[in-house]
Amino acid sequence: MKKIKLLLLICSLLSSALLKAQTPYDDPKNHACLKCHSSQIISFLNEVTNTDQKRLMNPYYIMDTTAIRLGVHKSFDCTDCHSYDYTTYPHDGKLKLQPMSSCLDCHGGDPTYAQYQFERIDEEFKKSIHFQVSGDHFSCASCHNQHTYKPTARNSGSIEEIVAYSNSLCLSCHNDMNRYEMISGHENPKIVQIHEWLPNQELHFKNVRCIECHTEVTDTLMVSHNILKKEQAVRKCVECHNADSRLKASLYKYANLQSRSDSSSVKSIFTNQSYVIGAQQFPLLKKLSYIIFFMAIGAMLIHLIFRYLKK
Amino acid sequence: MNSGNTKLYFYPLWLRIWHGINAIGIILLITTGISMQWGVENSFIEFQLAVNIHNISGVVLTLNYLLFFIGNIVTKNISFYLIKPKGFFKRLMKQAQYYAFGMFKGAPHPFPLSEKRKFNPLQKVSYVVIMYLFVPFVIISGFALLFPEIIIEQIYSLSGVLVTAVAHSAAGFLISIFLIIHLYVASIGKNPAENFKSIINGWHNIH
Repeated sequence: MKKIKLLLLICSLLSSALLKAQTPYDDPKNHACLKCHSSQIISFLNEVTNTDQKRLMNPYYIMDTTAIRLGVHKSFDCTDCHSYDYTTYPHDGKLKLQPMSSCLDCHGGDPTYAQYQFERIDEEFKKSIHFQVSGDHFSCASCHNQHTYKPTARNSGSIEEIVAYSNSLCLSCHNDMNRYEMISGHENPKIVQIHEWLPNQELHFKNVRCIECHTEVTDTLMVSHNILKKEQAVRKCVECHNADSRLKASLYKYANLQSRSDSSSVKSIFTNQSYVIGAQQFPLLKKLSYIIFFMAIGAMLIHLIFRYLKK
Repeated sequence: MNSGNTKLYFYPLWLRIWHGINAIGIILLITTGISMQWGVENSFIEFQLAVNIHNISGVVLTLNYLLFFIGNIVTKNISFYLIKPKGFFKRLMKQAQYYAFGMFKGAPHPFPLSEKRKFNPLQKVSYVVIMYLFVPFVIISGFALLFPEIIIEQIYSLSGVLVTAVAHSAAGFLISIFLIIHLYVASIGKNPAENFKSIINGWHNIH
């Protein structure tokens, strides 16, 4: 009997562990919310006319179920953040007007998240041009989609992937007429045109994050959230193109490239993923070039002395 | 053996023009190249200015290289650059020995210059390596860096731009070393200024 109990206990522990690894969204067709919110067409019973009806789903309310399952909040169910009253349909219209939970409601003041410094991020964000101009219209969620957000900068080893993901957050508004106008109240400036002064624009956009030039770099924060006014953005090539590059304090620091470029190993030359003129110097090659240079000069000097003596 | 001085018209006008443009361009490229490599805190030329000078000089020297390449073929000047493989190392050693010991003992030139021989074996091989290997390489890698979108993005785990940039600067550095040695060896002669005069007026003295 005891053995059976133990077996049952192990089975239940195993199954709960397995269940934990899954997300609430694994079977969208049978999920209370997603069976409608992942579909283009919804069917429901119209209680007024007592008929079955089909409607097109508002495209802004269709969830990308694949992206949710890859997102950082995948283990939370809809009603962990949204009101429980949404479980009844038709939804009460007033629910939309209720204040939403903000990120700091969960992430603030919790020692579990202390290493991510959410309070400092909030302080920085409050200084940023986004909050200064738009106030409460602008929140974390304006850039970080809670449903699908991935902490790429922390988890990815590929600089190109980090850059592309980070820039997609900015472009989700700055390259979208409607979203930009909703928050700012005016038309969005054309990204390519206003950056026309930048040489090799396409290459820069592919390899450098917008925030590299548009934020105040802080050494202690992983990603600076103080987005500056456009007048304060970096326009000088040398801010990046020199050995003390600001890139080392931001992006590459976390890709662990700074320590590599500081060391004199051959590996330092061969593990870098990107190159910035003037910013990357290889001590080994430098030493080698000095040796070759001084050997050539030395040989010539000795030769010159002999020429002088044997004249 | 020539007794007294024989003057040979070694360097035709087109070659001297090419050489002059090349000399100025290479000095500009080396100076701006070093400046850019050292970054802002040690740079002696303003960064953007250095980039512009480097790019323009690079393009001018590329056109100039075409003049050298085509001119050599058209005027048969290329014959001075052809190396016979037989006894190649022996000839190199002989010339090196002359520079290291022979010239101090007053030994005769092992390969006296004539209308048929413009360069000694060491000179010839270094010119061939520089002009037909290193210079084309810096031109190609330089243009690749000017249009970085044509460079292969990733070579295994390496950035293609990084590899190209490092190879470009390494080759540029070796060309600089060649330039220093070239200038020094040019000063070896009856008097140190003689060879420099020759490349300006075209006439070479054979003693």
